[in-house]
Amino acid sequence: MAQKIEASVLRSPLGRVRGLGAGHSGTRHWWGQRATAVALVPLAVWFVGSVLGLLGAPQEVAARWAGRPWHAVLLLALLAALFYHLELGVAAVIEDYVPNPLHQRAGRLVLRGAVALLFLRGALAILRLALT
Amino acid sequence: MAAGDRRAGLTSDGRLIERPLSPHLQIYRPQITSVLSIMHRFTGLALAVGAILLVAWLAAVAGPPEHYRAMARFLGSPIGLLLLFGWTAALAYHFFNGIRHLGWDLGLGFERAEYHKTGKAVVAAAAGVTVLLWVIGLILW
Repeated sequence: MAQKIEASVLRSPLGRVRGLGAGHSGTRHWWGQRATAVALVPLAVWFVGSVLGLLGAPQEVAARWAGRPWHAVLLLALLAALFYHLELGVAAVIEDYVPNPLHQRAGRLVLRGAVALLFLRGALAILRLALT
Repeated sequence: MAAGDRRAGLTSDGRLIERPLSPHLQIYRPQITSVLSIMHRFTGLALAVGAILLVAWLAAVAGPPEHYRAMARFLGSPIGLLLLFGWTAALAYHFFNGIRHLGWDLGLGFERAEYHKTGKAVVAAAAGVTVLLWVIGLILW
């Protein structure tokens, strides 16, 4: 019986699944959200623990801490995972509450732009600390 | 909207179909499952705003001294401390409930007794860690 349906729409089940969910895409976003969530577990613990040690610190101490090679690498990884995770999460909120497709697309573009600029600004600061 | 409202939709093979519209959120009695789910989204959005603060802090650390002093002054002000406290609480909740979500992704904890228990554990852990971090933080500050 299932085969009869497939034949009548002239489309394979895989073809139907691909690109036709509510978000008009497959499972890539789902995976990306989970992968970054897993990465953010140790990164967030490390960052919060480190910041506790920097409370009230003078600028030189904070700058030296962030500029150490592995600290800079972990900070860049934290920003990358955080902003990727953040964009997927906020995009889901936009998709849920903005019914007009044009507004939705505009909202996602603005989100992408803001995320890109903030990530680059943070990355520039980290690289400055690591390379000077 | 009334519970009986319908809206047009498309089936996966492109036919137009009328689907019933589910009742809106206010219709339902709050339950631990729905309230914690809403809180997960809400704390996620709060943390997204907090990410701007994180970038601003990194920029201040790498910036000129007066920039860093202004940032330190802002974070130490009552509004700054309140923002940081909210951010800590949101992060702690989103962190623990996120781990609960990852458990569900692995197929764990779907029984009613389990998700009630893990839900309460998440709230307790988030509250405990938030208070602990602030006690340690205020001692070190």
